[in-house]
Amino acid sequence: MATMYRDRAHRALRFARLNMLLVSGLAVIVAVVLVGYVGSAIINQDDARVGAFDPGLRPSRDHLLGTDRQARDVLAVLILSIPNTVKIGLLAGAVGLGIGVVLGLAAGYFGGLVDLVIRTVADVVFTIPGIAIMIIVATNIRTMSVEMMALIVASLAWMYPTRAIRAQTLSLRERLYVEVARLNGESGMELVVKQMLPNLLPYIAAGFVASVSGAILATIGLEALGLGPQGEFTLGMMIYWARFYGAILRGMWWWWSPPIAVIVVIFIGLLLASAGLDRIANPRLQRTK
Amino acid sequence: MTVDYIVKRLGMLLVVIISAISINFIIPRLMPGDPVQQKMDQMVAMGGTVGDVQGMVQEYRKKFGLDKPVWKQFISYWGDLLRGDLGYSLNNYPQRVSSVITGALPWTAGLLITAILITFVLGILMGAVLGWPTAPRGLRGVVPVFLVLHAVPYFLLGIILLFLFAVSVRVFPGGGGYSFGTALQLSLGSIADVLKHAALPALSIVLAGVGGWALGMRGMMISVLGEDYINLAEAKGLKQRRIFLWYGVRNTMLPATTSLAMSLGHVVTGAVLVEMIFAYPGIGHQLYRAIHAKDYTVIQGIIVVLVVWLAVTLFIMDLIYPLIDRRITYRRR
Amino acid sequence: MSPDVLQVKELRVRYDTYSGVVNAVEGVSFSVRAGEKLGLVGESGCGKSSTVLALLRMIKPPGRIVAGQVLLDGVDLLRLSDEEIRLARFAAISLIPQGAMNSLNPVMRIREQIVDTMRAHNGGKSRAELDSRVRELLQWVGLSDWVANMFPHELSGGMKQRVCIAMAISLKPKVVIADEPTSALDVVVQRRVMHTLERVQQELGASVILSGHDMGLMAQFVDRLGVMYAGRLVEMGPTEAIFEDPLHPYARLLIDTLPSLDRKGDFKGIPGVAPSLLNLPAGCAFQPRCPHAVERCSVDEPAWQEARPGRWVACHLWAEGRR
Repeated sequence: MATMYRDRAHRALRFARLNMLLVSGLAVIVAVVLVGYVGSAIINQDDARVGAFDPGLRPSRDHLLGTDRQARDVLAVLILSIPNTVKIGLLAGAVGLGIGVVLGLAAGYFGGLVDLVIRTVADVVFTIPGIAIMIIVATNIRTMSVEMMALIVASLAWMYPTRAIRAQTLSLRERLYVEVARLNGESGMELVVKQMLPNLLPYIAAGFVASVSGAILATIGLEALGLGPQGEFTLGMMIYWARFYGAILRGMWWWWSPPIAVIVVIFIGLLLASAGLDRIANPRLQRTK
Repeated sequence: MTVDYIVKRLGMLLVVIISAISINFIIPRLMPGDPVQQKMDQMVAMGGTVGDVQGMVQEYRKKFGLDKPVWKQFISYWGDLLRGDLGYSLNNYPQRVSSVITGALPWTAGLLITAILITFVLGILMGAVLGWPTAPRGLRGVVPVFLVLHAVPYFLLGIILLFLFAVSVRVFPGGGGYSFGTALQLSLGSIADVLKHAALPALSIVLAGVGGWALGMRGMMISVLGEDYINLAEAKGLKQRRIFLWYGVRNTMLPATTSLAMSLGHVVTGAVLVEMIFAYPGIGHQLYRAIHAKDYTVIQGIIVVLVVWLAVTLFIMDLIYPLIDRRITYRRR
Repeated sequence: MSPDVLQVKELRVRYDTYSGVVNAVEGVSFSVRAGEKLGLVGESGCGKSSTVLALLRMIKPPGRIVAGQVLLDGVDLLRLSDEEIRLARFAAISLIPQGAMNSLNPVMRIREQIVDTMRAHNGGKSRAELDSRVRELLQWVGLSDWVANMFPHELSGGMKQRVCIAMAISLKPKVVIADEPTSALDVVVQRRVMHTLERVQQELGASVILSGHDMGLMAQFVDRLGVMYAGRLVEMGPTEAIFEDPLHPYARLLIDTLPSLDRKGDFKGIPGVAPSLLNLPAGCAFQPRCPHAVERCSVDEPAWQEARPGRWVACHLWAEGRR
């Protein structure tokens, strides 16, 4: 009845809105990444060296964001930190997603025992506070690097994609065209690659955004605890050092607030993007009847 | 509630605890280098040492039987754990890890439980109202604010609040669990002091959490409002308030509690970091101090407690679900 | 002939969507007599659900009722205040919903849901009175007492539908609307539900408006039938008369698609597809699918007129005296 038209209208409306969400989310992220990479090429890297200037200067024309207590230019440190944090996020997100897609496809496609094992493991890991495992690993690593950080964080970024992909694979498997392809004699692997993967793309994209943002969140937490790569510039390490030198209680807001602002902007971008992708992946008004 | 259901959940609980604790045991042993040796080197390098170092080393080696084969270590590790023995602090020998934790746990538990409850109730109410079609326009303007709050990690919000209300405007203390130099007692003044110290940490958890809850709950409410039973409730001529609470909110409670359970790990992690920011004397702060001092036994002890605590909480919630939603025992996942 | 309980005049429901304005109900007028069973039949998307929901003022945004009157005993429901229409719902005019499977609140016992309906209208009754009324109602629709203590997921589809009927009659309304009440049920359950509806009309004297797409079901059940197409009534009259001699080509096609004893298995579908309400053809909405369309059909929209006593139709062919 009329619901049909209402649905169609909602879909059109949602599409406009989700495109806006996704587009604005991606725009925000791209902007931050550009500032990081282009900025890193432009600024004088020596400004971020310990003892480059006088310590603890308030923002001025020379130092737009002032200097920290190690006498580094905060703006320079900030700009150099962005690419590393982005790198950790993307790397961890990609690794986590990779694991998630393989496990999710396997669980959903093979079902039975494979599914049971993968599902149980994912459920177990879900229940363990991620930070606990990461702390155990991180405290036992001698020298932390950006890549190592990404790997540690990735080890806990695969559950969400695994679950999502598994659920979708299951429902895809029930659908007719996979059945037809199977009747046509396509083998298991062919089926997965040719028939299922393309249909899973929106979920994979959403899973990627989710693991990237989970990875960045975890990274910043670990770094703030002092478990990050000590010699590298990252947003989390900036916060760690700011706290280490008492920047908050000393009122040196120009030191700790820029990294927080950038982190919040990144998260808002990711949130918008994932909300947009979510709506492509799960058009909720697809109600039966 | 069937026996089958409880047994299954109980099994899950055991698997979680056993695997987490085993990981806790195995990972340090997989890493190159001897943590005790590392610690010793560090202490020697730093010059002056605190406490009875030799005694500690002997006790430690005996405790963990580091010369014994790994499987024997594993068994005695479990034996100790089951007796509640988490060993000695590497840094403050002969302080026991368990006493570090029992001293800190009440602070964390008090802060976390209060903050989570406030967040849950506030978030659910706000989200439900936002999902209702006749929500006040002014309230809708709050959505973007929630979106931003949702995007701020707990402890970063903590930093901002700390700066705003303890540095810029000195309304609240800058850290700790109670005023330095006072003894804790059951007096009005002491309680007020503790509350004052807990206010900002709690506010960080609540503010950062409420945004996420409200947004999630709004979504759930909107999807519940699309259900046929809401339409019929309206056709029946029920009052809006009745439909809102008993047909709307009631039906979002199950997904809401499920996502509370799912997010609990996230909340605990966030709370650990918030405690660090505020030097709040709970286990998060102890963890931070232990990481700084490379006090491995304390780190591991705290991790074990966190994991067990969370797993047990989730188990209890699993048992509560069927009381909230009668369908659940019949549903198979 | 009994007097009219309900008069619907020039009802128009519109959905303002982003793809355009949808006129889901376009100038529909009809009346329902006391104790009468009236059917509204048509394909999916023809506006019958919007029509019956509009009678209860249950059209939700982006839809709204833009014009018309719904007179219940002379009172225009569309002009009532929110509180007045709330009190009228179920007390004066009630609804048996389309999706009975999902129309009961999953977290409330059946008893509470029935009690809820009564409490919303006359709060003064004691708990014991309400409980005994629930028992009475359940018995009336053929359900046992213990059903009151159940949750919806513990009942079958047919049982849920009967609970819905119990709620719909709990306040003894004058008009009961059944919006495709059997669409999700199997044939045996369908029959039982229709039988219960029959009793609603006979024993309680309520008028029943039944919407649906099943011509066969209509033929067995309703006294008068309205045929809807693209948001408009195209024909209305006594059921028997329409089946014997349909005036509108669409009504004829609907009847012809029914299997009958002498034409077993010989289904004739209606050619073409139901039109998109977003993009209606000029003139008569049915003209592109109509086997008898003439030139005028694609220019003028036919008027709604009484072609014979008690028989209304909107078709140029009829107006010109040819069929």
